[in-house]
Amino acid sequence: MAEQEKKRIKLPETDEGTVLFNVPFPTDLKDLKGMAPIIIKQPYHIDYIHSYGQDSPFFAGLANGKLLGTRCGPCKYTYGTPRLHCMYCGGECDWVELPKEGAVHTFTVCQYGSEEFLKETPFVLILVEWPGVDTLFLARLMGVDPAKPSLDWVGMKVRAQFKRLSKFKPTDVYFVPA
Amino acid sequence: MRPVYLVSGGVSKFAKARPDVTFQPMVKEAYDYALKDLGLEFRKAAELVDGTVASYFSDHFMRQLKAGSMVQDYLGLTPKPSKRIEAGGATGGVAFQSGWEAVASGRYDICVVYGWETMSHVNTWKGNEFIALASDVSFDYPVGGFYSGYYAMMVVRHMQEFGTSVEQMALVSVKNHNNAFHNPYAQKRMKIRIEDVRASEMVAWPLTMLDICVMSDGAAVTILASEDGLNKLEKATGHRPKPAKVAGVGGGIDAMRMADRPHGEVILLPHEKAEDYRGLKYPGVHSFRAGRMASKTAYQMAGITNPLEELDFIELHDAYTSSEIQTYEDMGLCRYGEGGKFVEAGKPFMPNLEYGYRFPEQGKIPVNPSGGLIACGHPVGATGLMQAVFALWQLQGSIGKHFGSNQLQVKNARRGAIHSHAGTGTYVVVSILEKGF
Repeated sequence: MAEQEKKRIKLPETDEGTVLFNVPFPTDLKDLKGMAPIIIKQPYHIDYIHSYGQDSPFFAGLANGKLLGTRCGPCKYTYGTPRLHCMYCGGECDWVELPKEGAVHTFTVCQYGSEEFLKETPFVLILVEWPGVDTLFLARLMGVDPAKPSLDWVGMKVRAQFKRLSKFKPTDVYFVPA
Repeated sequence: MRPVYLVSGGVSKFAKARPDVTFQPMVKEAYDYALKDLGLEFRKAAELVDGTVASYFSDHFMRQLKAGSMVQDYLGLTPKPSKRIEAGGATGGVAFQSGWEAVASGRYDICVVYGWETMSHVNTWKGNEFIALASDVSFDYPVGGFYSGYYAMMVVRHMQEFGTSVEQMALVSVKNHNNAFHNPYAQKRMKIRIEDVRASEMVAWPLTMLDICVMSDGAAVTILASEDGLNKLEKATGHRPKPAKVAGVGGGIDAMRMADRPHGEVILLPHEKAEDYRGLKYPGVHSFRAGRMASKTAYQMAGITNPLEELDFIELHDAYTSSEIQTYEDMGLCRYGEGGKFVEAGKPFMPNLEYGYRFPEQGKIPVNPSGGLIACGHPVGATGLMQAVFALWQLQGSIGKHFGSNQLQVKNARRGAIHSHAGTGTYVVVSILEKGF
């Protein structure tokens, strides 16, 4: 095919996605090993479709001002954080309402956090205990001074409060000193 | 089961970030070192290696699935078989035991276990978010998912239950940072004091920045072999390797949600009695039941009845100063509740180093002579393998050769333990290594 007849094939381009217009390049390829790394930003966003599945009644409970745990039908082991099947006997558990008032089993004050929660720092995390309930529940504690943490907080009586506008997250319930 | 030997290893220098390379050449640095130390040529290794285990934790950090295959081809080990192990923070330790299984079973005579993590690809707080996704995303993560917060809650309960102090925790940081001062592989090499730990920024009360390990980019490689494998390596290199024998492996798992941990009876080690723990509710959130289970099973296999007397050193998973103290107890170096006093007495310090403090019983059993995760860094998939490499060098008596100084060599080390641990004690493994030559 003669040169003048050859149609020029070209990928159509816009400057969308262009991050840099010029990159220095050595004349001698041996110099490439001394080149500084090219570091670019790669965004990555995802919306998950997360089903609470068998745990869904817990979140429905929070939306209705009730804190639910589960109790094993066969062995009566009582879970402060619900699970449908018992870890010990494998039996199916039933939903039970937990007392509004419990106590701080342990706590921390987070001055830093994961990126998602960084803007909420400092925040107080507690594990709540109840007499007669075999396991604990992780929650936020409001109404204490995060600048003055003290071991005295362990054992503090706390009361569950519920968000008026449910977000269908475990933080729909939080605790305050009772 | 056949006896399994750890014959060689290599570690890349752990760093905050390694933008100069992608993950494959970083693993190759550790692999090349392990081959060189063995005197084995690259192509000969590719011929002799029967299979591999790839050890890396987070697909989120990489944004690259199937990264194991990419390392395998970079190391020239295609088309040999391989599999990937993921076990949270314990990934490296579990991968090491997976390599052990492959050799012990007779499937492989020579197995390479390679591990790495590149945690610098996101900012620190996004990294913490990724790590927190290793907690229950329905019930735990949304409340304020942050591992430092979880461990802080665990140690607050330890303080409440046993009277453990923040100064005792700080001593762990003093020890590990000071040890790492003599370890050229470590990311943080500094001489610090208790007050420095307490004065550093608070992260999650009572844990400060210097109570907590950092994120790292790094790689580590171990080579495991059967007796037949040792013979093949001897034939190929012209000399007998100086291996460590894997004398025991153990593991344990606990409930993912801390809230679900029972309040029951202590799992006893042979040297303990039920009376030691009257009234103690176990493990609660103050102790790691999986760590006790892992220690118990590993000791049983290795024939250890009193670890404090029968181990010469331990490299354990000190992601937090608090978890090192809790792990002394799980591993039976002292009774539950005595971990704080154990470090205060100087027992886990190196006997010969100067820390700026006087201890009544300094150097009873060096724990984390390398500096541990707190000072070496914690590139997750590499960490447990790094421990295995440092333990091998201790048993070979070759620390001086590899570190350029003998300061961290445990004298006459004949038997040591490595301990790898995942988030709040969900996965824990312990392996016992003995001088094998």
